[in-house]
Amino acid sequence: MSQDVYVAIEHVQGQVADISYVMLRAARELATRAGGGVVAILMGHQASGLAEAMAADRVIYFDHPALKEFTPEAYQRVLAGLIHDDSPRALLLGNTTIGSDVASVLSARLGIPLVSSCRTVSPDGKLVVQTCGGKIMAEVELAATTTLVTVIPGGYSPEEGKGAKAPEVVTRQAPALEGLRVRLSKYIEPEAGDVDISKESVLVAVGRGIQQEGNLELAEELAKALGGTVCASRPVVDQGWLPVSRLVGKSGKRVNPKLYLALGISGAPEHVEALTDSETIIAVNTDPAAPIFSVAKYGSTVDLFELVPVLTERIRGAKTS
Amino acid sequence: MNIVVVVKLVPDLVEELTVDASGTALDTSWLRRIINEFDDHAVEQGILLKERSGGQVTVLAPDVEGADDILFTAAAKGADRLLKLSGDFGSGVNNHALARALSTTIKDLKADLVLTGVQAHDDSDGPIGPLLAEFLGMAYLGYVAGLSVQEAKVTARKEYPGGLVAEMEVDLPAVLGIQASEKPPRYVAVSKVRQAMQTAKLESQAAPAWDMSGGLPVARMFQPEAASRATLIEGDAEAVSSRLVEILKEAGVL
Amino acid sequence: MSITTQPELTASAAFLDSLSSFADGERIRRCQQCGACSGACPYGYLMDFPPSRMITMLRADEFETLRACDTVWMCIACYACSRVCPIQIPLTSALMARAKEEALLAGNVPTELSQALENCQRYGNVLGQSPRKRADWAKDLSPAVRVLGKEAPSTDILWYVGDYGSYHPRLQAVSRALARIFQALGLDFAILGPDEVTDGDSQRLAGERGLFEMLAAKNGQALKRTKFNLIVTPDPHAYNALKHEYPALGISYPVSHHTEFLAARLDQLRPLLREPVKARVAYHDPCYLGRVNHVYDEPRALLSAIPGVELIEMPHTRETSLCCGGGGGGMWLDGFQWEKAHTRTSEWRVQEAVTAGAEVLAVACPYEPIRFEDAAKVVDGAGSLAVKDIAELLAESMGNPGGA
Repeated sequence: MSQDVYVAIEHVQGQVADISYVMLRAARELATRAGGGVVAILMGHQASGLAEAMAADRVIYFDHPALKEFTPEAYQRVLAGLIHDDSPRALLLGNTTIGSDVASVLSARLGIPLVSSCRTVSPDGKLVVQTCGGKIMAEVELAATTTLVTVIPGGYSPEEGKGAKAPEVVTRQAPALEGLRVRLSKYIEPEAGDVDISKESVLVAVGRGIQQEGNLELAEELAKALGGTVCASRPVVDQGWLPVSRLVGKSGKRVNPKLYLALGISGAPEHVEALTDSETIIAVNTDPAAPIFSVAKYGSTVDLFELVPVLTERIRGAKTS
Repeated sequence: MNIVVVVKLVPDLVEELTVDASGTALDTSWLRRIINEFDDHAVEQGILLKERSGGQVTVLAPDVEGADDILFTAAAKGADRLLKLSGDFGSGVNNHALARALSTTIKDLKADLVLTGVQAHDDSDGPIGPLLAEFLGMAYLGYVAGLSVQEAKVTARKEYPGGLVAEMEVDLPAVLGIQASEKPPRYVAVSKVRQAMQTAKLESQAAPAWDMSGGLPVARMFQPEAASRATLIEGDAEAVSSRLVEILKEAGVL
Repeated sequence: MSITTQPELTASAAFLDSLSSFADGERIRRCQQCGACSGACPYGYLMDFPPSRMITMLRADEFETLRACDTVWMCIACYACSRVCPIQIPLTSALMARAKEEALLAGNVPTELSQALENCQRYGNVLGQSPRKRADWAKDLSPAVRVLGKEAPSTDILWYVGDYGSYHPRLQAVSRALARIFQALGLDFAILGPDEVTDGDSQRLAGERGLFEMLAAKNGQALKRTKFNLIVTPDPHAYNALKHEYPALGISYPVSHHTEFLAARLDQLRPLLREPVKARVAYHDPCYLGRVNHVYDEPRALLSAIPGVELIEMPHTRETSLCCGGGGGGMWLDGFQWEKAHTRTSEWRVQEAVTAGAEVLAVACPYEPIRFEDAAKVVDGAGSLAVKDIAELLAESMGNPGGA
């Protein structure tokens, strides 16, 4: 068994998914302790260039037309063969629509252990995993043999998995990839209609405190500066200032953004129950007793009309610096 | 078409979850178990397929507290056969063990299509769907939200982030990990469930001894630190904005 | 079911037949098609089949059409129709409840409502909160509110708190106010705590008869385990269930609404009302206290006893009171009803209060503070209108703010 930690890179339509970089960072923790290196496993077709920004010691690249886009069985075959040949310390996959389709199959096929939903690696080298919607955490030690790990976002930022120097790419022969039982017919792009807020990573939410339709622009500017989308609680949608597709709440959508910035929202249970999956909630409300402050991580009682323009400027400044 | 739906029960997050005295497992004394939400979608998807193109739906669940009610509810929705896998669930059974035990039962059922939720929040050793597929020698596709059945294959819509969908073909027999049923799981009136309790039959099958290999033991289980009230940032608009920018950078948003 | 030589009943005929199992249900056959019900219905203009047209359709054997139509979910069970029917057909409790039941059984039910009903099934409360936390609102109160149980198996007054009073922050304030009043009166009172489940009355009227019976049975068991003389509740829906629906299920106890109970003790209460509450107060008659159960004077007597209160009436008053929109499932159909109506009865009522010059809208039902406060956010000129339960106003006058 080698002491290298392998990372199964995820990419869709020529874009490397952020989770790949998160995994490279997590792999670094494990590899350092194991005394091995971080090896990115890239499967694709004419795609070696995707490895450019990866913070890996080297890249093992498999090129095959059947690997142009992800299909579970193609990835399973390549990785099964790879693990069989190389016996790495560990193989990291994303806890995603790509990685999750592959990891458990590899575990059952190769008879090797799998630990899912790993968020970080602890100071003493244990896998820190999340369970029960984040309410409970657990620490698991790597097995003595090759261990499969699926990784969730949130523990490390993608930036930490990127490197200035493009790693060395070694091409290996892909196994036979005929007779796949799962085949990609086509991708269907999301409708060019309104945004699906339940899939957005940054949300700026407005409530009754926004007072008038004309003031929505403030929120839109802030959202634009953050690269996010405006959503709302009931009173705003009822007034017709935003479409129902932007409603967050019991009668609207559940959201799970990285950031939920609630402006002028009191925090009624019907609204709050739909945001509990948000990673960070920041609330702005002049009423310090507003229930929103019970679910928010950070808050301010400064009037949103004063705060938002200043905040938007600061954010724009931070992005250009 | 022979459809089998595998259902798991998971801890209800509405209740307080605490770690037991051993420090490595959940305290089960106050634990309420409910159907895994994604498995609820899998049941609905199975029933929808049956309503559209005929067939038989068998629902399989581990024989733990709460399973009976879930199975009778499935019958009230239109499931044809209800099967419980009985065994000692006391000290926790991981997905590898459950999948091994279930695959024997499912082989006997001669399923064309096995549906199960794409994940469950108490999964520690990966979701159960792909494990079932491998033990059954079937193909697997997860994150499915919508599918149609043709002769010997299924056309499935696989969800990717950002609203992107991949249309994929899967040869039957196969296991699909359901992300969302085509229609939200239907409501079943209490009177209908009560009726099902009178008319539907619960069958039971004993699980072979659990083989937990594939999962790893928990060294330590703990609750993350809870912040009960927001940290209020002091100062005027300028001061608050500065601090917020720092926070946003720490959060990886900026 | 019977073996007869008659032709099999059509679905419509079977439906009409099923109404006979309700008190006075057979009166539906005497409907004169006067249309008063549909005219009185606040959302009648939005329903494809308001009550009188529903009866027309049934007589025309069009049950399937009715069952597939979703506008039955605009009904808020406010009893406006039942009140004006010259034949006194039990339109709300029989026709509309059964129509909703059929729609529900056919899967024709908005997700908002079915979610709420599932919460009741699973957690015994419509908000989906942990049943173990039902009495948490009372935990840190001083003096403490007694929870009946092994240590305290009996009490004089059993206070049935209800879902919202137990779990919803806005209504917990009303619960705290009522606790202070009971304590100030030196009453021997206690609550059921986690053994209490939702009364089920609105669920019954939303078509879930089976769920109602299941919930009633649970409450019945909890009540049987304790000893008390009288149930007092601030919830007109629970009041209605306990008084009129539970007895048929073998659960029969004396029950009072908190306004009835306190009005009967006004002599003891009056000296405690020391602080003036200087405001023009309009009292809103809750549907299930007023129109359905004819309790009009006691709430007014309480309000008039508060020094500083100028009690005014709104144009819709007593038996013509305008529903807040929460009944018959309405509390859990807000999104659906908004999509159809783009207005709310609660907004009309708040507008009325504002036009009448009210500074405070006094209420006596747990649905109302939430619905009227939300409405006040969007009605012009209602920015400073306060919505308070009578208990909160009494507690204020006692010199206690009644809890934050």
